[in-house]
Amino acid sequence: METEDRPADRGANHEPPGPPADRGYAAGARAGLPFAVATVVLGVSFGVLARQLGWGVAAPIACSLLVLSGSAQFAAASILGAGGGVGAATLAAVFVNARFLPMGLAVAPSLAGGRLRRAVEGQMVVDASWAMANRGDGTFERKYLIGATVPQLSAWIAGTAVGAVAGGLLADPEALGLDVVFPAFFLILLAEELRERRAVTVAVLAGVVALCLVPFAPPGVPVVAACGAALLGLWSRP
Amino acid sequence: MTAVWLTIVLVALASAALKAAGPLILGDRQLGPRATAVIALLAPALLTALVLVDTVTTGQRLVVDARLAGVAAAAVALLLRAPLLLVLAVAVATTALLRLLAG
Repeated sequence: METEDRPADRGANHEPPGPPADRGYAAGARAGLPFAVATVVLGVSFGVLARQLGWGVAAPIACSLLVLSGSAQFAAASILGAGGGVGAATLAAVFVNARFLPMGLAVAPSLAGGRLRRAVEGQMVVDASWAMANRGDGTFERKYLIGATVPQLSAWIAGTAVGAVAGGLLADPEALGLDVVFPAFFLILLAEELRERRAVTVAVLAGVVALCLVPFAPPGVPVVAACGAALLGLWSRP
Repeated sequence: MTAVWLTIVLVALASAALKAAGPLILGDRQLGPRATAVIALLAPALLTALVLVDTVTTGQRLVVDARLAGVAAAAVALLLRAPLLLVLAVAVATTALLRLLAG
């Protein structure tokens, strides 16, 4: 987590020509490992929850294999569990995952190949990988992002399988405090982003928007709306 | 049970479509300087919202509980330049301890 030396004169261009550096698949996979540990726990909780809701063993595992997204799966499962219909559950998942739309737009130019190939590569975007592979200048380290996602998705599926099979035999992961791993991780990534004053302004605005919307908007919408704070960048000098 | 499987298929398709939309729309086109500036600021906005929503909300309610103490402890550890895994351990231990004491 060390900060790199930055030239004091920010205006001057010290970057060598050619494609910007990408730390590669292996470095990404290593960086994704701590997130994978937290994701196993989350996967186990999803498996246990779905089992308690009467999903059986196969459906939770199939869900994690096909959807590959914890937040959307928890949202959909909790709506179904509360007696909601298929439409309401799907809509909730769409709201929760709507942030992948701006995130996908951001990452698109950094992916490889034609549109279809890019759309497939875009499936590898998850929150932590996206943030870690973000160079901060509007570009992304493609291999590093994909590498960081692989252990997280594997952990998600494996964790779900363990939770669905073992069901109620496991201790409550919340009692162990493991549910704070994600906000703590996101806080670490956020600290890296707050070097510039404008980023701090955007963060404060995003936080206010998100918290004000939580009581009124469906889950997921506050996070998407908070992304709108980034529009402050429109008033930047090119 | 059919509802569960139908939901799984629909959510899978919707999630894939959301992730595919950006690359399908943009392809390899480069964004202009203003769009790039907005995208550079997406990370602090998104991460702040995720931290807060994961820390002080449950569903549509604002909730102050052991999670806030855990994340605050992590913030202190970060300010003291603790290594990444120690920051996480501090957050988890603080939260677990408070829940244990609360019974």
